Amino acid sequence: MNGTPLIFEKSRPGREGFRLEKADVPEIDLINTIGEELLGREPDLPEVSEVDVVRHYTGLSDMNFGVDNGFYPLGSCTMKYNPKINEEIAAIPNFSELHPYAPEELCQGTLEIMYRMQKYLCEITGMDFFTLQPAAGAHGELTGILIIKKYLEASGKNRTKIIVPDSSHGTNPATAKESGFEIVKVSSGKDGLVDISELQKAVDEDVAALMLTNPNTLGLFEKHILEISRILHEKGALLYYDGANLNAIMGIARPGDMGFDVVHVNLHKTFSTPHGGGGPGAGPVGVKAFLRDFLPKPIVEKEGDKYFLNYDLPHSIGRMKAFYGNIGVVLKAYTYVRSLGARGLKEASEMAVLNANYLKKQVEDLFEAPVNTICKHEFVASASNWKEKYGVRALDIAKRLLDYGFHPPTIYFPLIVEEALMIEPTETESRETLDAFADALRKICEEARENPDLLRKAPHHMPSKRVDEVKAAREVKLKYVPTE
Amino acid sequence: MSKVPKNLLYTEEHEWIMVEDGRGTIGITDHAQEALGDVVYVDLPAVGDKIVKGETFGTVESVKAASDIYAPVSGTVVEVNEALKENPELINKSPYEDAWMVVVELDDENELDELLSPEDYKNILEGE
Repeated sequence: MNGTPLIFEKSRPGREGFRLEKADVPEIDLINTIGEELLGREPDLPEVSEVDVVRHYTGLSDMNFGVDNGFYPLGSCTMKYNPKINEEIAAIPNFSELHPYAPEELCQGTLEIMYRMQKYLCEITGMDFFTLQPAAGAHGELTGILIIKKYLEASGKNRTKIIVPDSSHGTNPATAKESGFEIVKVSSGKDGLVDISELQKAVDEDVAALMLTNPNTLGLFEKHILEISRILHEKGALLYYDGANLNAIMGIARPGDMGFDVVHVNLHKTFSTPHGGGGPGAGPVGVKAFLRDFLPKPIVEKEGDKYFLNYDLPHSIGRMKAFYGNIGVVLKAYTYVRSLGARGLKEASEMAVLNANYLKKQVEDLFEAPVNTICKHEFVASASNWKEKYGVRALDIAKRLLDYGFHPPTIYFPLIVEEALMIEPTETESRETLDAFADALRKICEEARENPDLLRKAPHHMPSKRVDEVKAAREVKLKYVPTE
Repeated sequence: MSKVPKNLLYTEEHEWIMVEDGRGTIGITDHAQEALGDVVYVDLPAVGDKIVKGETFGTVESVKAASDIYAPVSGTVVEVNEALKENPELINKSPYEDAWMVVVELDDENELDELLSPEDYKNILEGE
């Protein structure tokens, strides 16, 4: 990146990549028609030829790294491979060229797929109704918490607090705050699970809900979940499931059966649609039957053999997204569910858990383990021993991994683990890939012992060297300003 | 091992307070800045604001994470360290001196009895 010119810098006055046909309608005098004030000035667009544009963006895309390039063990993000058949189905013109205002009778096919997808997600998560509207995981959280808020208001309960564990995804407290709640944190115990006695103390008549990920961000199954559910429900509070880690339990355990009242799932994680680089994603939200009327409208329903958009939800929180959500993403996820089938989805989770445990075993002698037990689909290793012995940090390890051709794991999360590396291999990786990653970590550990500066200054073989994160955070430049 | 000056009182959430004549100067500890990493932004209350013991009164944001700062005591803010707005890196460089955050007029000096002594705080850090 260093030294890669911007497309603006390649601009030369008068150079162009296209020529407009002569207008076949009379030209309008813009200034006299809409006035100089509204017209503003001409935008500063780069003036480049077609080949300039193609080379510029191809060059940038060459620097990109995605699941199609290599191993991408970004914890809690489930960067599994995205099967290409998904793209093929979503690109079928009957779906992709459908106008969102087309009358229901002309889009029965798309509606049928949405209807079926709602049903599949109900079956997989153990919920009764689903909305496909939310465009991402955090958007799903907001939808879910607004549903809970509206439900409590409708039941005449004024509840002001939401509980989150100290290991929760940052989006959980952010969602609670955005929805107008006060946040109460509960600590994790030594076993890495929610501390039940602390939870018991925190739950009172002011609590609206607990937001929980299961398995949690340490990759551990909250085995006291039924007890947790009882504690919340006894006080009239609800239980919210953050579906980011659903890939660990698909087809094996269902949030609905654990006592969760509202669930969001990330189609772009668990259901193999692309994410990173802007997505788009999809974060459908499922609820138990007593919350159905609060869902965003419309939801897709069926009468006889006809599918229709049902707007008749008297307590609906309203729309969360224009039209019906990111339908292309839903189509891809639908394709995934249908290609794997019930058994395949279960196998995917089993393999994800097996891969995580295999890799954990391969590297466990290199790191400290915050909690040393069998994990689910991801595990957290602490590099605090590297910091102590060699003066290198999790960040340095992550940067050096780039030189070995791997995307680094999530670092410094969850916040309760010092120098955390959060590793989620996913089910789609072979044993050879896992071994190669473990070997790279082992070599990097030797390098840390012999030449720690090699890590501190990494990456060495990337287009962009070590970036100044402080400067990036404090002096953000999002706009091109030409130098005269 | 991070520094724990002997003339201060501490909280389990890694804030320190120095009390003189009913006024307390508050900041975050060396351990806290070390754990946070490079600080890029600080959000502090304004002069005249009330802070409540155990509740958050500000936020420190580093390249790794955003963290709440908890009030070691209740009181009214009488001074705010404006230098931190422009130079949040002071928190990394000088957590106990240049990077004091606020001075408060204490509501109740008895609250100080519930804070940690340097020895107790040190023990907590060693236990971590």
